[in-house]
Amino acid sequence: MPSLIDIRRRIRSVKNTQQITKAMKMVSAARLRRAQDRVIAARPYSETLTKMLAGVAAAAQSGDSGELHPLLKSRDENRIHAIVIASDRGLAGAFNSNLIKLAMRFLTEEKGAAQIEVEPIGRKVVDFFRKKPYRIVAEHTGYSQAVRLVDAQAIAQRVIERYANAEIDAVYLAVNEFKSVLAPRLTLTRILPIQVPTDSVSVDYIYEQPPAELLGALLPRYVETQIYKALLESNAAEHAARMASMDSATSNASDLIEKLTLYMNRVRQASITREIIEIVSGAAALE
Amino acid sequence: MAESLELEIATPERLLVREKVREIEIPGKEGYLGVLPGHAALLSELGMGVLVYSTAAGSRFSVAIHGGFLEIAGAHVRVLADRAEPAKEIDQSRAMESLRRAEKRLVNPAVGIDIARALRAYQRAQARLDAAKAKAGVH
Repeated sequence: MPSLIDIRRRIRSVKNTQQITKAMKMVSAARLRRAQDRVIAARPYSETLTKMLAGVAAAAQSGDSGELHPLLKSRDENRIHAIVIASDRGLAGAFNSNLIKLAMRFLTEEKGAAQIEVEPIGRKVVDFFRKKPYRIVAEHTGYSQAVRLVDAQAIAQRVIERYANAEIDAVYLAVNEFKSVLAPRLTLTRILPIQVPTDSVSVDYIYEQPPAELLGALLPRYVETQIYKALLESNAAEHAARMASMDSATSNASDLIEKLTLYMNRVRQASITREIIEIVSGAAALE
Repeated sequence: MAESLELEIATPERLLVREKVREIEIPGKEGYLGVLPGHAALLSELGMGVLVYSTAAGSRFSVAIHGGFLEIAGAHVRVLADRAEPAKEIDQSRAMESLRRAEKRLVNPAVGIDIARALRAYQRAQARLDAAKAKAGVH
């Protein structure tokens, strides 16, 4: 039977851990709010851009040229570029591992025959893919600290250029989207060749430039926006996941403390009982 | 015909303006466009310059715009700017300084300088200054 002192020590250590998890939960909650605000702030632009693109693409297609824009043309997917976004840090439950699982299932099962290159974003995924046989074209860390538009634009410009030069045949993006605080939504989307969104409402616009030209300007922006949005969403989802896992860690610690306290009381009671028996039986022996 | 326009200026990072306005002057790629209520539906690319709008109450605001897209549909005017800065956020002395720097680079280009980049920097600084001045009422 462990001594009272050992149990007390154990309780104290669990309490310390609980304090840390509680603090981390609070920090994540604050960061989540900020990240969420940025997701919301970025929404008007991307929504309008998507709508605009749908209209322009329709107009450009019905135009006389009939030639498809290079970023819309699909090829046999022999060389795949996969952008995998997760976090720099752990302690966020299954946030990173679920995403890695999704990405790996896609790469091995669906695209097993293709030549694959990856662009991991976030230390956890970078570390994971370094141990894999895939070619790492570029890796990025530090984005969970601060998501910057220029970074997203740089990533987008690079893949667009390589796609246009036919160095790669498709670009996929795997990311944890921020769905709700409770659970992120794992998504895997193809960002190149671009799948043009379709919009039911079509307005007869006056075009200052030929629609095809406008389309050429819009498409790269669309890719940039998608990547930027993915980075923001992943960031929000990461904080949400960490908040949830720290919350459950805190309540686990409470349970453990309760159990240990009960056990400690029992041990104490047992030793008191033992002492009384000793005294009573000692007294009885004297009679 | 609609009495007012609803102007929306958004950058990839945030929504800058959403307001009822009476009149807008927009830096299009091929030159400035004046937009009044009842304008035909239009799609265009934006250039670099100053967007000026006046609200129903009559106050004028200016925003420096650095490229992007414009959509006019019905009473909605949506400006998707690559970058946009309202006049009150512009640091005039800094803009002036970068204008001078870009000017110097363009006037006597050193070896290996990126002319296109310097030109863009020049236009950017000029747009900022114009926006800031329009705000100050010099315009």
